Amino acid sequence: MSHPNNVKEVEEDLHLYAKRKAVYPKAVDGWFRRLKWLIMVVTLTIYYVTPWLRWDRGAYAPDQAVLVDLAHRRFFMFSIEIWPHEFYYVAGLLIMAGIGLFLLTSAVGRAWCGYACPQTVWTDLFVHVERFIDGDRNAQIRLANAPLSLSKITRRLIKHGLWLMIAVMTGGAWIFYFADAPSLLHDFVDGRAPFIAYATVGVLTATTYTFGGLMREQVCIYMCPWPRIQTAMMDEKSLAVTYKDWRGEPRSRGMKKALEEGVPTGDCIDCNQCVQVCPTGIDIREGPQIGCITCALCIDACDKVMHQLGKPRGLIDYITLLDAEEEAMGHPRMPVRKRIFRPRTIIYFSIWGAIGLAMMFSLGNRTRIDISALKDRNPLFVKLSDGTVRNAFTIKVRNMEARPRQVEIGLLGMDDARMWAEPGDRDTAQRTIRLVVAPDSVSKDRIYVISKAPEPAREEFSFTVRALDKQGGSDSDKVTFDRAEGQ
Amino acid sequence: MAEKKRIDEPTGTETVGHEWDGIEELDTPMPRWWLFTFYACIIWAIGYTVIYPAWPMISDATKGVSGWTSRGALDAEMKAQADRTAPIRNAIGATPIEQLSNDPKLLQAAVEGGKAAFKVYCVQCHGSGAAGSKGYPNLNDDDWLWGGDIATIHTTLVNGVRQPNNDLTRMSIMPAFGRDAILQPGEISDVADYVRTVSHQQPVTGARQRGAAVFAANCAVCHGPDGKGMRAMGAPNLTDAIWLYGGDKATIVQTVTNSRYGVMPAWGPRLDAVTVKMLAAYVHSLGGGEALPTATAPIDANPAAAENVQEANVASK
Repeated sequence: MSHPNNVKEVEEDLHLYAKRKAVYPKAVDGWFRRLKWLIMVVTLTIYYVTPWLRWDRGAYAPDQAVLVDLAHRRFFMFSIEIWPHEFYYVAGLLIMAGIGLFLLTSAVGRAWCGYACPQTVWTDLFVHVERFIDGDRNAQIRLANAPLSLSKITRRLIKHGLWLMIAVMTGGAWIFYFADAPSLLHDFVDGRAPFIAYATVGVLTATTYTFGGLMREQVCIYMCPWPRIQTAMMDEKSLAVTYKDWRGEPRSRGMKKALEEGVPTGDCIDCNQCVQVCPTGIDIREGPQIGCITCALCIDACDKVMHQLGKPRGLIDYITLLDAEEEAMGHPRMPVRKRIFRPRTIIYFSIWGAIGLAMMFSLGNRTRIDISALKDRNPLFVKLSDGTVRNAFTIKVRNMEARPRQVEIGLLGMDDARMWAEPGDRDTAQRTIRLVVAPDSVSKDRIYVISKAPEPAREEFSFTVRALDKQGGSDSDKVTFDRAEGQ
Repeated sequence: MAEKKRIDEPTGTETVGHEWDGIEELDTPMPRWWLFTFYACIIWAIGYTVIYPAWPMISDATKGVSGWTSRGALDAEMKAQADRTAPIRNAIGATPIEQLSNDPKLLQAAVEGGKAAFKVYCVQCHGSGAAGSKGYPNLNDDDWLWGGDIATIHTTLVNGVRQPNNDLTRMSIMPAFGRDAILQPGEISDVADYVRTVSHQQPVTGARQRGAAVFAANCAVCHGPDGKGMRAMGAPNLTDAIWLYGGDKATIVQTVTNSRYGVMPAWGPRLDAVTVKMLAAYVHSLGGGEALPTATAPIDANPAAAENVQEANVASK
């Protein structure tokens, strides 16, 4: 480096923007590839089918099993209905998802990245479409290098057309989570759907096409924060795709010749299959790296080659850093049970499970009716002609069940107080009021409370609500009754 | 200066030509994107001043080719809003005030509209919560000078209180008993004591008997023999707990001595008929509204009756 010319050369190679090296992943078959197929089918099915599942909630609520009803501010998920004030359940789910990822990472490494991440699943889908149109790796490279011709243009048009179709369907499926799916589809095709539906589909089509078709592994390597977090989360006991260099090195292409010459050789024949199948275009033999999403396709590729060579599988394998050290020294591997059940995973699982249980418990116990009373502050009180004092309140009763409910509003405290709601009047004032609250909504009633007692200037009491059906449920809200100014 | 301009060798940029103790300044050109944005802003600004009113002249300003004015924009907005509410306003306008409560939806709209209008026209005296203050009635309570059913409230609103040149205006004229020397100060004090006893504010005393005689001779004509008032005259009930000006002795003495002449504008000529109806509905909805008297012709439909009331008022003076 002391030579100035060398420095200059290095400078010329460094740029702020690294040009993408095209990746043409080769098709491969094997145990992990089949697992990836299975997970892809399951996750895509969940994504596309969920909005079309129906769930009977009676006449007053939508019958879509999973529905995020933003317009009416309700979230339906099978038998669970969440109101905006219960949003902590969603927050809890997000926390569980986060801790679940921690758990997954500490137990099986970057399995999320390799199998279940939408970026991985959709990129995988796009890669298969590409292979279907352009052929496998070598054919793709040939086509990329070929001069522009009619057949090349046709293939490109078909490929991008299919990609766009998948992208439109991806964005299209998303909107069905937010409205009644069948009627929205109908409106969408007729051009009568709201603008936001078309805009959402447009944006998601663009992101799906760009991320899955064009950017692919660059999203994982440059954009996604998760690999950085995972790097920090992984330890010597986390599973990672590892090339066993102590077994593979030194690499040799001509093993027979090397044997004849007495040169020591490892199991790696440097066939480059592991590099060719890699969807992120890395060489796993360089060691663990941020570009590795642990999809294990290189394991499939290498196992196949080892099988052909008659050597044991697993030159590239899922092992922990600790295992790698032990195995390099010729010791047996740690049993799987010990690797999975260790303090870290147990703590993560306990937290995860505790939050889940707490949420289930609270879901089972939540009241489906509640009351809130808002006192008129202007005027605070009204003196009537016989000296009685009247306070006015706005009472809101929230019926979270999808059926109309009869409830009884009552007074707790202030024994001499009576109340009436419009259109009643003072003559009909009582200690209780009965009303019917519409299904899945909040009733709003103005209630007048009167008290003949001259004192005290300010008194506390509560409005109570009690559901009059079999299910029951009650709630109360504390308010004040004012009699004189300046108190 | 200019002769010192030179090309700086390491950067290839021209210098501005200044030099301070050997330190020179490069004349680095503006970034292209910045320059083009700047030019675009200039073009946009020229277009803007042509299209919109912009250049100040001696007594006016250029109008702009689009003819846009903020006043015009406001008018358009107001008109759009008026068009939006026109159907419900027309429906309210077509419904007689007595029948407004038969249609809950219409009544609700009228109350909401009245609430908004109240905030503009009425809060200055009656307060934002309609609770009034000394001399300005509280509209939430169940005590009404002229009546608390929706039609009567409407009549009061249309014609106002003590409005000149309005035959239907609410006109109650209590004599200034002290100022006009109808009663002596002692008699006034006695009658004030009497009024405070009938409203249970102080125990019966000797003054009560004297005051009762004064009351029967001077006040009972309008306030009634038992002091319960008379709505046709606008004479308040003196036995209840509500006092427009105050129920303490000094205030009552002052009221009897000088009388009180509160006023309210006649809203009929000032506001459109629908707004006045909505105001009536709102005031009626505040908690003290009374039911319509059964089988009685609405007062505003019978000017003759109202005139009689007024004549009675004048006669009582």
